[in-house]
Amino acid sequence: MRTASRRSFLIASSGLAALAAVPKSWGRELGEPVRPYGERSPFEKSQRFYRKSPIPETGASGTPLQDSYGVITPSALHFESHHSGVPQIDPAKHELLVHGAVEHPLILRLEDLQRFPSVSRIHFIECAGNTSGDLASTPRPNVQRSHGLVSCSEWTGVTLKTLLEEVGLKPRAKWILAEGADACRMARSIPLDKAIDDVIVAYGQNGEALRPEQGYPIRLVVPGWEGNVCIKWLQRLHVADQPSMTREEAAGYTDLMPDGKARMFTFVMEAKSVITRPSGEQTLHGPGFYEISGLAWSGRGRIERVEVSTDGADSWQAAESQEPRLTKAFTRFRLPWNWDGKPTTLQSRCVDETGYVQPTHDELLAVRGKNATDHYNGIKVWRVLADGKVTHV
Amino acid sequence: MSRFLLLSCLLLTTLIVLAQGGKHNLGRVPTPEELQARDISVFPTGAGLPPGEGSAKEGRNIYVARCASCHGERGEGRGANPPIAGGLGTLKSEAPRATVGSYWPYATTAWDYINRAMPYQEPGSLSADEVYSVTAYVLYLDGIVSEGEVLNAKSLPKIKMPNRDGFVPDPRPDTRTQTR
Ligand code: HEC
Repeated sequence: MRTASRRSFLIASSGLAALAAVPKSWGRELGEPVRPYGERSPFEKSQRFYRKSPIPETGASGTPLQDSYGVITPSALHFESHHSGVPQIDPAKHELLVHGAVEHPLILRLEDLQRFPSVSRIHFIECAGNTSGDLASTPRPNVQRSHGLVSCSEWTGVTLKTLLEEVGLKPRAKWILAEGADACRMARSIPLDKAIDDVIVAYGQNGEALRPEQGYPIRLVVPGWEGNVCIKWLQRLHVADQPSMTREEAAGYTDLMPDGKARMFTFVMEAKSVITRPSGEQTLHGPGFYEISGLAWSGRGRIERVEVSTDGADSWQAAESQEPRLTKAFTRFRLPWNWDGKPTTLQSRCVDETGYVQPTHDELLAVRGKNATDHYNGIKVWRVLADGKVTHV
Repeated sequence: MSRFLLLSCLLLTTLIVLAQGGKHNLGRVPTPEELQARDISVFPTGAGLPPGEGSAKEGRNIYVARCASCHGERGEGRGANPPIAGGLGTLKSEAPRATVGSYWPYATTAWDYINRAMPYQEPGSLSADEVYSVTAYVLYLDGIVSEGEVLNAKSLPKIKMPNRDGFVPDPRPDTRTQTR
């Protein structure tokens, strides 16, 4: 202290004081001119994570949840999962065919879809395989790698119900087969009651057109259901009397139980929460105040409440949930916390509006065994070490 | 405009609206050719399967030329490319191997997937006969069909896959729900 004030006295008398006492960013220099499309600061490095693969078109990249604020995922950081790469589609040449058990089959272009009555809704999309490593007891070191296959955006488009009314359903209509324009022509069957409940044929994401990785120019958003049914690059909707039993529904996203039977059409992503800060690979810099913050979501509706334990699940405290708590969307929760500097664990659990309680890892393992790696939503525990390092358990 | 012309114009518009069905009158009606060319859906009942046929005998050459480099001689998989045969009887074990033969409930699913997505870098390049043949060969690798068995729109859906009865509907929630 003494040396510092002596030093500033010396600088003050030299006349350079004003310059030395303020950081360079405090103005005085002309900045960049305006530009047509904004980019983030070059100092921001947060990015999606993926592993190098010999078949790079088939794979996934995870959202950096540890760096996220609030409930919206920036479109550029929305997780990806593809089976045949990202097609580049000229919307002027793209068409959506709606046919099958309908009165009047139609071909719709983007400009047609944009003339229908529109909706904008905030929903999460989560890959069925998100957090699969935790069930298998091979937990990933940080929240991006354990939970990054979930993101939340505002989606704009026309409801599937509006389109189905437009084509007129025949009485035998029971399922809608949706097909993408990627090389594998990804296809999933959706039961009619869900299709007319809340499904969106979306062309907008967070205020602009969809990103190519998110299905540009049009995709399905099937709120609360496993990401794979949200068919991207949507090119065809086939109304039928039965599910098609495509690879992904008949085999890919089924859950194998210990008795050798597999659960089929396990669409809903059940309530789940995770602390994103502090989380794996972050460091607490000494005892003192920290805000614990995280995300909760449920495919069955709104998040009712989130509780946090900072003492190894001996006690639970109600976290504050950010309003509005939207249905089938991220809810941000926060809890003020004073770390006493001792090793401990941090974990969150949520309850949704149906009363469903996020289960523990052991509860899930007991009913599903360790081969049912999809649709895992167990409580995530982070360990805080004496030196402030945070690791997975 | 004469009264007659005006009336016929109105009639024409009404007809177009009816033909289009919707109240928004947007989009256009697909031609029969467009429907035929774009509709590749296949269902477990066999609906949607196109004419054509083939057996594992013809399928062998196609498999060796177009599939084996990635999926292996006997469908055992290679590197990152998944196995597509084998694993029968492993579903209850510690390390289950779920393949077309051991796991998939319908043969139509294999036909549909190969037709949509394989070969990986050239999907859609096989003719209907070739898809029937190579599907037959993949099933033949697990002894599900014999070498000479001819698969077509009639016989393919009749195949009983080994794990046909291995699936149950979604029973969730299967953990705690609070009573409120
Ligand atoms: C260049 C490599 C390559 C070639 C050639 C290839 N495949 Fe594939 N195949 C793949 C990859 C990669 C996947 C997994 C794709 C995914 O998961 O989305 C796959 C998946 C499959 C599956 C589904 C496996 C499962 O369990 O889900 C089948 C069946 C299949 N291929 C059959 C074939 C047939 C038949 C041919 C030849 C006509 C063929 N493949 C040619 C790479 C290849």
